[in-house]
Amino acid sequence: MTDSKYFTTTKKGEIFELKAELNSDKKEKKKEAVKKVIASMTVGKDVSALFPDVVNCMQTDNLELKKLVYLYLMNYAKSQPDMAIMAVNTFVKDCEDPNPLIRALAVRTMGCIRVDKITEYLCEPLRKCLKDEDPYVRKTAAVCVAKLHDINAQLVEDQGFLDTLKDLISDSNPMVVANAVAALSEIAESHPNSNLLDLNPQTINKLLTALNECTEWGQIFILDCLANYTPRDDRESQSICERVTPRLSHANSAVVLSAVKVLMKFMEMLPKDLDYYGTLLKKLAPPLVTLLSAEPELQYVALRNINLIVQKRPEILKHEMKVFFVKYNDPIYVKLEKLDIMIRLASQANIAQVLAELKEYATEVDVDFVRKAVRAIGRCAIKVEQSAERCVSTLLDLIQTKVNYVVQEAIVVIKDIFRKYPNKYESVIATLCENLDSLDEPEARAAMIWIVGEYAERIDNADELLESFLEGFHDESTQVQLQLLTAIVKLFLKKPTETQELVQQVLSLATQDSDNPDLRDRGYIYWRLLSTDPVAAKEVVLAEKPLISEETDLIEPTLLDELICHIGSLASVYHKPPSAFVEGSRGVQHKRLPPRSGSGESTESPEGAHSGGAAIPEAVPAVIPSQGDLLGDLLNLDLGPPTTGVAPAPTSAMQMGAMDLLGGGLDSLMGDDSEPLGGDIGGSPAIGAGFGGTPAVMPASLNAPVGGGLGDLFDLGGGVGTTTSAYVAPKTVWLLAMKAKGLEIAGTFSRRGGVIHMELSLTNKAMSVMTDFAIQFNRNSFGLAPAGPLQVLTPLSPNQTTEVSLPLSTVGPVMKMEPLNNLQVAVKNNIDVFYFSCLYPISILFVEDGKMERQVFLATWKDIPNENEAQFHIKDCHLNSDAASSKLQSSNIFTIAKRTVDNQDMLYQSIKLTNGIWVLAELRLQAGNSNYTLSLKCRAPEVSQCVLQCYETVLKN
Amino acid sequence: MIHSLFLVSTAGHIFLEKHWKSVISRSVCDYLFEAQGKASAPENVPPVIATPHHYLISVYRDRIFFVAVIQTEVPPLFVIEFLHRVAETFQDYFGECSEASIKDNVVIVYELLEEMLDNGFPLATEANILKEMIKPPTILRSVVNTITGGSSNVGGTLPTGQLSNIPWRRTGVKYTNNEAYFDVVEEIDAILDKSGTVVFAEIQGVIDACVKLSGMPDLTLSFVNPRLLDDVSFHPCVRFKRWEAERVLSFIPPDGNFRLMSYHVNAQNLVAIPVYVKQNVSFFETGSSGRLDITVGPKQTMGKTIEDVVITVHMPKVVLNANLTTNQGTSTYDPVTKVLVWDIGKLNQQKVPNLKGSLSLQSGAPRPDENPTLNIDLRIQQLAISGLKVNRLNMFGEKYKPFKGVKYVTKAGKFQVRT
Repeated sequence: MTDSKYFTTTKKGEIFELKAELNSDKKEKKKEAVKKVIASMTVGKDVSALFPDVVNCMQTDNLELKKLVYLYLMNYAKSQPDMAIMAVNTFVKDCEDPNPLIRALAVRTMGCIRVDKITEYLCEPLRKCLKDEDPYVRKTAAVCVAKLHDINAQLVEDQGFLDTLKDLISDSNPMVVANAVAALSEIAESHPNSNLLDLNPQTINKLLTALNECTEWGQIFILDCLANYTPRDDRESQSICERVTPRLSHANSAVVLSAVKVLMKFMEMLPKDLDYYGTLLKKLAPPLVTLLSAEPELQYVALRNINLIVQKRPEILKHEMKVFFVKYNDPIYVKLEKLDIMIRLASQANIAQVLAELKEYATEVDVDFVRKAVRAIGRCAIKVEQSAERCVSTLLDLIQTKVNYVVQEAIVVIKDIFRKYPNKYESVIATLCENLDSLDEPEARAAMIWIVGEYAERIDNADELLESFLEGFHDESTQVQLQLLTAIVKLFLKKPTETQELVQQVLSLATQDSDNPDLRDRGYIYWRLLSTDPVAAKEVVLAEKPLISEETDLIEPTLLDELICHIGSLASVYHKPPSAFVEGSRGVQHKRLPPRSGSGESTESPEGAHSGGAAIPEAVPAVIPSQGDLLGDLLNLDLGPPTTGVAPAPTSAMQMGAMDLLGGGLDSLMGDDSEPLGGDIGGSPAIGAGFGGTPAVMPASLNAPVGGGLGDLFDLGGGVGTTTSAYVAPKTVWLLAMKAKGLEIAGTFSRRGGVIHMELSLTNKAMSVMTDFAIQFNRNSFGLAPAGPLQVLTPLSPNQTTEVSLPLSTVGPVMKMEPLNNLQVAVKNNIDVFYFSCLYPISILFVEDGKMERQVFLATWKDIPNENEAQFHIKDCHLNSDAASSKLQSSNIFTIAKRTVDNQDMLYQSIKLTNGIWVLAELRLQAGNSNYTLSLKCRAPEVSQCVLQCYETVLKN
Repeated sequence: MIHSLFLVSTAGHIFLEKHWKSVISRSVCDYLFEAQGKASAPENVPPVIATPHHYLISVYRDRIFFVAVIQTEVPPLFVIEFLHRVAETFQDYFGECSEASIKDNVVIVYELLEEMLDNGFPLATEANILKEMIKPPTILRSVVNTITGGSSNVGGTLPTGQLSNIPWRRTGVKYTNNEAYFDVVEEIDAILDKSGTVVFAEIQGVIDACVKLSGMPDLTLSFVNPRLLDDVSFHPCVRFKRWEAERVLSFIPPDGNFRLMSYHVNAQNLVAIPVYVKQNVSFFETGSSGRLDITVGPKQTMGKTIEDVVITVHMPKVVLNANLTTNQGTSTYDPVTKVLVWDIGKLNQQKVPNLKGSLSLQSGAPRPDENPTLNIDLRIQQLAISGLKVNRLNMFGEKYKPFKGVKYVTKAGKFQVRT
């Protein structure tokens, strides 16, 4: 006999029957009847009519019956408030029971009865229970305060329960502490301004102690509460981290993730050179990986959070690519998230594996997944330059499959690849054109049309192709229409003779036959441009486009920091700040990462000025005037393809965009006269706060004369000095004769005409002739390798010296060396093999095309996380800025922009290494001060030290 | 915190609801149904769904959606963990977690849910404590119930464990036979590519314990090679400090069955792949047919026999039937679900199992684009493939001498071969 009998259909007289049974004298029968009532209640039948009869059963010693009646009461008391009063007495009596478990049960149930009249009676028993001698009762009572607050907040405050609750944080029992914290957190959520959880070092210490001993759920509450605390200094931060790390090994994934949140947040305060910082980074990876072996729902939440963590600190999981490989029976929501993270982790080191996987996924069944996989291949090409070629050929393979949606996705991404690497892969256009007919999605059609227009001069039948689209012009979506208009205008500008008719046709279609305002406007603009000044039209329409940025969907840094503070919450799943979606969170405070203490960057932070304690370390380091961005975009704006889906500087838009528009953008458009206005708008913190409370990461230049700053930024480059020859260090002895059976080697490195040379002097100090020289390098950081054999033609007779210049390539095997610029060399002759090691100046690796586009520079500077920035001081230099920049230029350190603020010259410089690493630099010099400040930003911060050395040697010689 | 819970069958029938705060209308589940309509399979319903006023966080287990409704910012993992805990508790209590078993025991279910959450805060989720308060149904008791017309499920006792500072263990446990058994179970998750090269491999290991010891025993379990374990998670009873310092598991065990720890070995070279698979699945351009040829053999088994080998292949939709012969085991193809199952059994060194034959495709349909993936199941007794070995188990705090035992088994987890 099972409970399913209670589910039998309601007969007419059932309620009546139950009523009779409830009033029966037999205990068993009574209980059976209550059970039936509960079962009916569970499945949603209305049994509230039995209220008085059930309440009558409450006064019993039978614990089961008591519990069942309590269950019933909780459900129906609300609908029968007057009757519920009848139960109060029993509750009050039970609250005094000698058995703590009964006391707890009573206070627990009472709190669940959401009837005002009852809550009044609840206060006294609750007060007693909060001070009960038994921890079990206290912990139950703590939760009861939260319940009561939910029903009647005013009552809770008036009765002083909140203070009692705060006292419980210092309770001796960890379970009580955990529940008090949970209750306070819940209450605090509806009272954003109350300072309920007043965290100070003493309470933190209590929480940490309780953390070790309470239940898994309690640990979650405590960890989440800890995450709201801002430690006073890095030492406190470290000690909290140390005490939280054991939680990473907990079986409950929610505990693990909450611990990760605390660590990610507090880590921000630790100085990076601290050993512990590195240890902590290492400790974070395994628990995150373990989360991925749990149930799919857990995996999903974990993956959404890992996505944030990977953006904030890519180094944590950079070696764990494989755990994100997709299994064919993963649920689709897991597959899509894994794919996203794979792209974020893709780097030169693992790109081959990633591509092989992506290609595999592109043949799966699920269409959404396949599409995303194809897109991912494109993103890899854009992200990892070295892989672009392989990606393109993979995409071509996929196009050959002729699977409709694969082809369309491939075309969309190939368009982006063209934008990133212009003039490199256009050979594939022919293949793309073959698939013109199969494109039926607007995005793919628009992409194809863009390609045809952009490369019209290389496609023989471009006019025919575009004309074929034109036939159904009015049936196309706006996206395609706009694109078609632009493409035909481009075609016309490139081949004016043959396409006049076509362009007129499209212009009239766009302006006269369309009711879409965008289309009409654009049509008219083109029309007028073409009719008034074709040359200007050419300049506008065919202007060079800025390269698209590497990662297109990074989360904006301020938002990312806020989300990092919300790891494990709904906000982290939606990647939106809690204020954006949680109902009833009035004026939620934005959480911020604590500032890093003791590191150099804080000194220059413009934040300190107006945001008091809650400064974000992310403050754009004082240099990049963001209006440069905006104006740059405006100037470069290609009216053609706004639908390309890749805005020129997409990542940092958001709120700042709006501010820039007011501050910098307007200013510069209006000229110097409007300066005070612009400055005021932009500079006022009040407005900053108005814009969603971001403490305005103010472009520092706003404090400076804005117009001037801009001018500087945009007309330099020309002034940069002429080429002088790069500095080459004098030769030093690398191999002593006494160590090498008489062979002495001295040498240095140089870069001439784009080729690295190793200049060697070989001296024979032995008694016999040396022949058969050969040289080999050990694997090294930048893959330096001899580009040819060591040319010592004649035998080297005793006491003779020969000079050899050995050209080097950078395609050799790579291994990270310590220090980075260490090179281990083996030289062989007829006598023996000798080994030595030398340090090469990193400047030999600076390539000649290391001059970055201004816009790209600005975007990249923002793009590189701030922790990658290193700041140095260069002492005793007496060059002025022009001399310095020309000197540096001769070593392939290119000055991109120069600005003068307060007598201080700032040079923005870019360097590209042979392996494609970009180093961005800001060099500040002040007239009359021989100390320069150098800030370096690079995705591979390891090189900073070497680059500094190179700056020093170049500037001082 | 958690507001309400709905249990929904795959067919979309809400068969149980429980509210811990105010009542939320069951119409909120419509958003789940909407998502379910969009998803290709119930497994693909996203676990977090936003609705205008609430959030639905659901897990899908045993063909039931466990849907929690929340209103404020609550850590989703906390909710998901809790829902899985609910499902496990049902499993534990009723032997299976199904719509029928939940309906059969609805009163117990309701009581359990009441004990597990208080106002949305977890209260008692340890099976040991729950069982003390609410007795699980047993065959004997249900027989007695039938005869006497029903007796109590609710224990007359109160959860004394709640009061102790070792909440996972009951006090006053007594057994005539004191025994402690540990199962080291390892699952190999791996992806092999067409040519049999390992794309990805890792081992998910767990140590499940069944401890029936009287009193308050304090156990210490040590390993021969604890270095293997660098990524571990423990049952709350394990003293983390001793693990950090000495690499031993020291704990006062819960009573009965529990998972002592789980671990994860993913250094590629440590993962031995016990079988090799040679396969060739191809579809012809013309003639609406295809060929299939699969061979499986043992490799790196450390002298143990591989048992219960089953290969499952999800064929593309256009595969109508399969005409296959095998030299070992049986193979069946279900034309409705498009699943080919080849149940091989034991792998012998001498005879290498092989399955081959032809596949017939729907005539006129284009050649399928996707390649089916093979899913492999297997089991190796008395072997932990990572090489993990328990050294010894010591007991302190009690006088008697317990029976002790350790069992090892290796299984295939998500073991996939791409074609």
